[in-house]
Amino acid sequence: MSTNYVSTKATLATVWLDGCAGCHMSLLDIDEVLIELASRIELVFGPLVDAQTFPVGVDVTLIEGAVSNQDDLKLAQKVRANSKVVVALGDCAVTSNVPSMRNSIPVRQLLQRVYVEGADVNKVPPHDGIPSLARHAVPLHEAIRVDVYVPGCPPKPGAIARVILQLLDAKNPDLSGFVKFG
Amino acid sequence: MSQQVVIPHVSRIEGHAKITIDLDDAGDVADARLHVTQLRGFEKFTEGRPYYEMPAITARICGICPVSHLLASVKACDAIMCVSIPEPAKKLRELLHYAQFVQSHALSFFHLSAPDLLLGMDADIKVRNVLGLAEKYPDAARDGIALRKFGQDAIERLAGQRVHPAWTVPGGVSSPLSRENRDAIAAGLPAAMAIVNRALSLVKGLVDKFPEEVASFSNLSTMYAGLVSPKGNLRIYDGNIRFRGQDGQIVSEVERPSDYSTYIGEATLSHSYLKAPYYKPIGYPNGIYRVGPMARLNAADQCGSEAADRELAEYRQRLGRVPQSAFYNHYARLIEIVWSLEHMRALLDDREILSPYVRAQASVNAPEGVGIIEAPRGILIHHYKVDSDGAMTWANLIVATGHNNLAMNYGVKQVASHFIKKGAITEGILNRVCAVVRAYDPCLSCSTHADGRPALQLNIRSANGTILESLNTRD
Repeated sequence: MSTNYVSTKATLATVWLDGCAGCHMSLLDIDEVLIELASRIELVFGPLVDAQTFPVGVDVTLIEGAVSNQDDLKLAQKVRANSKVVVALGDCAVTSNVPSMRNSIPVRQLLQRVYVEGADVNKVPPHDGIPSLARHAVPLHEAIRVDVYVPGCPPKPGAIARVILQLLDAKNPDLSGFVKFG
Repeated sequence: MSQQVVIPHVSRIEGHAKITIDLDDAGDVADARLHVTQLRGFEKFTEGRPYYEMPAITARICGICPVSHLLASVKACDAIMCVSIPEPAKKLRELLHYAQFVQSHALSFFHLSAPDLLLGMDADIKVRNVLGLAEKYPDAARDGIALRKFGQDAIERLAGQRVHPAWTVPGGVSSPLSRENRDAIAAGLPAAMAIVNRALSLVKGLVDKFPEEVASFSNLSTMYAGLVSPKGNLRIYDGNIRFRGQDGQIVSEVERPSDYSTYIGEATLSHSYLKAPYYKPIGYPNGIYRVGPMARLNAADQCGSEAADRELAEYRQRLGRVPQSAFYNHYARLIEIVWSLEHMRALLDDREILSPYVRAQASVNAPEGVGIIEAPRGILIHHYKVDSDGAMTWANLIVATGHNNLAMNYGVKQVASHFIKKGAITEGILNRVCAVVRAYDPCLSCSTHADGRPALQLNIRSANGTILESLNTRD
């Protein structure tokens, strides 16, 4: 059931992979600028809207989070194939940040710790209808080509508003002085 | 022929989750499950880190309620240091926490659930979101943005930044509140209260218009758990964990945080990375209980502030002493915003709030510590063990959404059974299946701290296990 959006407005999608939603919160923290954006863009996919499939021909997609399981990888590839500009939003997408803190630990040990040692009942790791974890959580550019990097944990609302508005104006985003890691 | 329906992407919730619905040969619902699809492993990968890094690391469990994790974490660290923090520091942490309740509840109500409540469960999927709300109900959308902004702005003025601030530290907070910032926060209170009063009027007019949803949104008898003061007032920063039964009787009250594990056990579910806590004295799965706004109001005797208690009296008069449909969480959430704003006012008027004495210094004085608070969506527990140098040797985190896991699974099945008849499924029905999850305002980012994110996927599978229809595969 893929949806083709016919719109005179620019289309924006947001994607949440392995992150904490803090970057999406920082996006909402642009506050009233949201209302201004609503007149210029259509939000076609993401945690804030109900579309179930990633649409084709999206103008700009912001991706929060590292790539940590097969679902993340498949979604990232689908986003790349259907987006004109892909933005790595925040430190987890840019460097894999906190999600990568598990990378030195084999997945089996993680599951053992949480679902066997860390449970009182049914001491068996979950396995039914859920994606397997990848061996490593990796930054977005290890999975797909990325056009714009916006570091920060999370990036400041002003930086996010700036990158969206500059891309809407077909400018190369200039974020100097607006972003930092952490 | 039996079949399976999959909702791959439960939207407008704080995380990734998926739902599977099994239909029997007649096309009626045989079973339904909520899958939380990611795990991040904080309990394991924090081993060896210094305990004082835990607030900053665990804040990254969740960008929606980082303040919750920061506070539970610093309270666990306070216990490891064996310090009683300065009273002004405690008040500042509480003030921060109330501000977070306002912003997080505003997000849940206006940004995530109001599209269902105002535009309708069956509204066009393309407009059933906060931007669609902004077009059709611009005043409500502006109210939501303004109320969330008030809370976020207060957090920034107290703690330096809105998401993942580094201000709360083991032993207190890192800097006092300035007079200028106190006055600026206080200046926003009247407008914030006016917004929540408008939202309350709205919700009071709406609760009777969703009889089918009220009847089917996890409408079941459980226990309810929440923090309360010794007098039974609603509490969020500290207090006893009280369990109250559906019959209104108090089942137990846990006074010492370190006793939590005597009362709360955890079960692994085969279909989800989110474990299911249960009330240990009763056992799994009958020891089901719920947390969050409705559960907190059920557990407490009263709120303990004037306007909120007035609202609570009306709420109980309309819904009964111990309402059980998760749909009422929306109403309860707004009463809690009123209560939070009243407490912010009291704290901002407290002379001690500007005191420079905000931090106790100490090192490791105990091998373990437990910190328990109420996150906006329910009880949050951080339990740490350290060696003599303060390096973490073990951690256990029980997050708010986990406590509701069994009830959410029940709710998903109940809604699906209520609306799906003879295999007839509409998009609006699937939205209702998601909306019951939304009513709990689950934080699946938090819930999968073990490692991962929830993507709600809905599978319709036949009784023999064949997938009949996989609506909305998010791939």
